[in-house]
Amino acid sequence: MTVTPDAAELRRRTQELLAAHPPADTGRLDFLKARFDAGLAWVHYPEGLGGLGAPRSLQAVVDAELEAADAPDNDPRRIGIGLGMAAPTILGFGTEEQKKRFLRPLWTGEEVWCQLFSEPGAGSDLAALGTRAVRDGDDWVVNGQKVWTSSAHLARWAILIARTDPEVPKHRGITYFVCDMTDPGVEVRPLRQITGEAEFNEVFLTDVRIPDAHRLGEIGDGWRVAQTTLMNERVSIGGMRIPREGGMIGPVAKTWRERPELRTHDLHQRLLKLWVEAEVARLTGERLRQQLVAGQPGPEGSGMKLAFARLNQEISGLEVELRGEEGLSYDDWTMRRPELVDFTGRDAGYRYLRSKGNSIEGGTSEVLLNIVAERVLGLPAEPRTDKDVAWKDLAR
Amino acid sequence: MSSTSTQPDLLYTEEEEALRAAVRGLLADHCDAAGVIARTETDTPHDMSLWKVLSDGMGLAGLLVPEELGGQGASHREAAVVLEELGRSVAPVPYLTSAVVATEALLACGTEDLITELAGGRAIGALAVALNVATGGAYRLVRQENGALHGELTAVADAACADVLLVPADDGGLYAVDASAVTVTPQVSLDLTRPLAKVSLDGAPGRLLGDAEPAVQRALRAGAGLLASEQLGLTDWCLTETVRHLKDRKQFNRPVGGFQALKHRLAQLWLESVNLRAAARNAAGALATGSGDTDLAVAVAQAYAAPVAVHAAEEAVQLHGGIGMTWEHPAHLYLKRAKADAIAYGTAGGHREALAGLVDLPAPS
Repeated sequence: MTVTPDAAELRRRTQELLAAHPPADTGRLDFLKARFDAGLAWVHYPEGLGGLGAPRSLQAVVDAELEAADAPDNDPRRIGIGLGMAAPTILGFGTEEQKKRFLRPLWTGEEVWCQLFSEPGAGSDLAALGTRAVRDGDDWVVNGQKVWTSSAHLARWAILIARTDPEVPKHRGITYFVCDMTDPGVEVRPLRQITGEAEFNEVFLTDVRIPDAHRLGEIGDGWRVAQTTLMNERVSIGGMRIPREGGMIGPVAKTWRERPELRTHDLHQRLLKLWVEAEVARLTGERLRQQLVAGQPGPEGSGMKLAFARLNQEISGLEVELRGEEGLSYDDWTMRRPELVDFTGRDAGYRYLRSKGNSIEGGTSEVLLNIVAERVLGLPAEPRTDKDVAWKDLAR
Repeated sequence: MSSTSTQPDLLYTEEEEALRAAVRGLLADHCDAAGVIARTETDTPHDMSLWKVLSDGMGLAGLLVPEELGGQGASHREAAVVLEELGRSVAPVPYLTSAVVATEALLACGTEDLITELAGGRAIGALAVALNVATGGAYRLVRQENGALHGELTAVADAACADVLLVPADDGGLYAVDASAVTVTPQVSLDLTRPLAKVSLDGAPGRLLGDAEPAVQRALRAGAGLLASEQLGLTDWCLTETVRHLKDRKQFNRPVGGFQALKHRLAQLWLESVNLRAAARNAAGALATGSGDTDLAVAVAQAYAAPVAVHAAEEAVQLHGGIGMTWEHPAHLYLKRAKADAIAYGTAGGHREALAGLVDLPAPS
């Protein structure tokens, strides 16, 4: 039996990695591969898969050492879907071959992942999805349309949920796959949004062949597998330490300080109110972080996204107004396909428009309020008329 | 603005949870809603037997007082936990006014004998400043003439049960005045469980304790900061009781709490209560450590807490339906306390104004 490494041991191993592969003389990708193989990629993952089976909280020890040594990182913002959603699902439900094949290039960023979940007809009611996967020998043949897929145009792989049995109620007939985005049946079209650019895509799947070896979990068990993906999406949102004025309030506070000529009494009252709410939301996040560190996770995290969505919208809306004449302009409507999403980047007008998505993406605020009411407060669930109805008989 | 490195611990320690359990248990036995409502219409709106158990029995009046002065040598963090529980029960005891505000004023003056008396629950103190006054705000002074004090002070919370009043005078001094030497006239108060009184001094003898201004400012700041924890307790009760009622109450052949319009309102209130807990713990932690961020932490907590507690109490009244409008149901006690708390030690708007200076977001000139 191996002993779980402690902080000192992780520090030692990190120094060993740095000595064997000095960042200054090592290619970025080579360093990342060596780091993965040393088990220092995500220390809570198993040995051989980039980790050492250490407590997740000790990752900070490794990261601090590497940062001090100016080592390259894997640019987590570019590969967030792989790291945050695909990886934990593969770890939890993948076969040994799948884990060996996918996790290393996923973590190093050699292979970008995207997520083929939402559909035009299945948003909040994701389990109603209609993309079909039909068995054909050792393959599945997939037909359908997915939407809101960020990084689809950059991705090598996708996590995909599709309907394999329309005869049973919706939650029971879904299967989870890894889809090859280079398959000739995959067509990615940019989906232009209200900001002018296209962060997201529509993905059309026409007779896409997926080998059964790329199925994650059992046939018909895809909804349960998807819960792991979605749960991890929420975990990765909490847990970060944010400085005061670290979010959307920062730019507007700065504008206020630098541009006294823009100040009015009405805007002052609203700004102070939002400043207080942003600071309180920051404290709530900090309290949540302290709870996680202390090993006492509470339900408080469920509310963070709701709070930030509303605050981002109100604060950016205030800033457009504050800017007066400049608020009437917009920096650029050119259609682009950005690699990264930056909520606080660009001008106030962009921030205002982009933040409208914050209360829709990753669960609408309305659905999240239902979840808080039901799971945290224990109030009765919404009436369910679709529970025992075969998917093919649902209203659409 | 960058954040300072001193981020207070926003959680509760095991000892603080034990303290909470003890106070909650005591209040369950000694402070039922029907009793509180009945008491509000008697000549003794304060519950002196409950106060005796809390102060004398459990030593809670001395939490902010060092052990060598007869206190518990604890901190604002523990006092905040007590206030959360007292808020949940709208307990009519002078904890915030005597064990926090008056005690802080005495600690500022270093008046050891009185500190010890208040800490041991042998005397109740009240700072003779109107309850609505915030840190930095103007307050009324009495006239000092040859050691005798003259004047009238209104809206003094819990003065009716105080043994000693701490009175700021026009010579800049803070005086201790025995309650028997003044006339205390109860005022009909919006908040039935923290009643106000008018204090009339007609040549009352006073004992000079020290400079009024630093003592009053220190007292009001601690009062405002810890009031947020009382407001958290109020909010918590209103939310819990309303959720319980809506699970139980059936109309249209289903629990009323299953209607989405109501679920969303309650979820919203829960979010506010989660935020308030972080803000209140932050203020208590800052006061406890004397952090350089204390003014900011207190202003943030008060700017946030008042509207949340009022919202919670208003939702409790509305969502209880007709019964929420009755004298018999305790929801009104919470509404009255929450609304009075929104004015006590400064309004949310007043605290936001203070923040404008603290975080460099100045008003238009």
